[in-house]
Amino acid sequence: MLKIFRDLLRFNLEFAIGTLIVSIIVGLSVLSFFSPYPPEDIYVVAPDVPPSWEYWLGTTSRGQDVFWQMTAALRNTLLFGIAVAAISRVISLTIGLVSGYMGGMTDRVLMSINDTFIIIPLFPILVLFYFVMRDSMSWALLALIMAALGWAYDARLIRSVAMSLRTREFTSQCIFSGMSPRQIMTREHLPYVLPIVFSTTLNNMNWSIGMEVTLSVLGFTDINTPTIGSMLYWANQHTALVAGVWWWIAWPVIAVMLLFIGLYLLATALNEYIDPRSRLSRMGGAT
Amino acid sequence: MKTYAIYLAKRLLQFVLVVFIGINLTYVISHATPIDPVEQTISALTSFGNTSPEAIETMRESLRELYGMSGTPLEQYVSFWSRIVVGDFGPSLSAFPTPVSELILRALPWTIGLLVVATVLAWLLGNLLGGLAGYYRKNRLLKAMGLIAMGLHPMPYYVVAFVLLVVFGFLWPVLPISGGSGIGVGRGFSFDFISSVLLHSLLPALSLVVVGLGGWFLGMRALVSNIVTEDYVVYAELGGVDRRRILTSYVMRNALVPQVTGLAMSLGAIFTGAIITEEVFGYPGIGSLLVDAVHAGDYSLVLGITSVSIVAVSLAVLVIDLLYPLLDPRVQVE
Repeated sequence: MLKIFRDLLRFNLEFAIGTLIVSIIVGLSVLSFFSPYPPEDIYVVAPDVPPSWEYWLGTTSRGQDVFWQMTAALRNTLLFGIAVAAISRVISLTIGLVSGYMGGMTDRVLMSINDTFIIIPLFPILVLFYFVMRDSMSWALLALIMAALGWAYDARLIRSVAMSLRTREFTSQCIFSGMSPRQIMTREHLPYVLPIVFSTTLNNMNWSIGMEVTLSVLGFTDINTPTIGSMLYWANQHTALVAGVWWWIAWPVIAVMLLFIGLYLLATALNEYIDPRSRLSRMGGAT
Repeated sequence: MKTYAIYLAKRLLQFVLVVFIGINLTYVISHATPIDPVEQTISALTSFGNTSPEAIETMRESLRELYGMSGTPLEQYVSFWSRIVVGDFGPSLSAFPTPVSELILRALPWTIGLLVVATVLAWLLGNLLGGLAGYYRKNRLLKAMGLIAMGLHPMPYYVVAFVLLVVFGFLWPVLPISGGSGIGVGRGFSFDFISSVLLHSLLPALSLVVVGLGGWFLGMRALVSNIVTEDYVVYAELGGVDRRRILTSYVMRNALVPQVTGLAMSLGAIFTGAIITEEVFGYPGIGSLLVDAVHAGDYSLVLGITSVSIVAVSLAVLVIDLLYPLLDPRVQVE
């Protein structure tokens, strides 16, 4: 495991850059635990100070230090992405493995439902959810509903891997030696799909974080929890751009864009590692 | 012909299923949550000044009736569906007494126009350039495009639209950043109106294309670079078939099939992107209507837009699915 990681770092530039970016972001979010100000409090420093030695990234019109505010926001945003990814992985793994292994009618029914969740436009549904919940809307609730809606695409990927595993000889051997379908799926097939689960996790985080930012900026979440989205929401509320407080908007946008690129690069690098065909063509072996 | 009929039946079934599950989802969200939209509306209406208890009671009754919240759960469910089927979502509260369906119908052409143009443009350009990049691997320009696509593809629609808004609204103000057409330009079939509409749609469309293009580019490049290694392509090359002909009718033609499926699969996400973009640029489509409806506390309008979105997107997916056999002859022959 560690050796794979080292090789990827050395030979795969995308993986190296992705790791670097994500480490920086994670490092920043860990710094939030050493913040001198509580992240929810406002008017703790002088408002509207441009970036300076005292306040590295400036301060907001609400009297918050942009740097420390951003570390807390990045931490919450990252945690949100991880929470959604973790919950939705459970659903997509179950559906994907069962559908791929069982085949036949089970597969058809599950995949029809699966495709439905891929096609349905999720944004209006999330907005409706916020509209109904209003003040009871919380960070955890949003993570839960996003996980319940955002598993389908990855379930399809996992199913395709599981389907090819079903025809492999070791699966027949498992059946003949009397293993139950549940045992085969969890003990034999699960380890094979784990790499692809990992890369879908990163893509799913990108999706959920993007959605969270969008919903927060529009004010459709719990805007008092500092996240990248709610930071931008408050900046827009105070018309930061018109007022010339550009640092309030620029830094979080740059940070979150870096995060998207970093996660995406890691995911593609992993995908490439999983699929040796594209690795070969990259090395110029099979053209 | 028989296989096509089976294919058709399957697609229609899937369409019905998407609408069924989607609408049920909106029903569950709007009815099974602990928060009552009727009480929400009443508290919003009565927050300004005093209202007599009798008036509130009357209000509650009529709102229950209006929102389909009266009667047993079964009755509510049936009335919910019967409203959807005929497309009657009641009057809008924020634009009383205009019916919700009329508001949606007014906004829908803007969304569809923007969405269709941007999607088709992004899809065609992305596939063409991606195909070229997969086939001519050594080309510097196409390699650079791949890098740019890699950077843009993971961005959510909102961030891209927002950055474009900042660039063209504050740093280099050359394009209109809000609205659907110029103020004071009369509607109708005139040059002024059409050019104003096109100019206003430029930035929203650009941000949709910028995000969409990268995905199709990367997908097509990966597909093509796999197909290039297939035996029949090698054979065609050895047989001296013109390179351009290999690219178009041997490689790209085959790679397009999964890309069309991909288009159908991602239409929901693209629609989501379009309505977010609309909100950023104040484009008068479904997205802006939805956000305004939430801020105004207009329950019927939010519910109507959600339902119409689900039906519209699944209808569009159905259309793509029906055109699919034109591209993939395997659906038609046994």
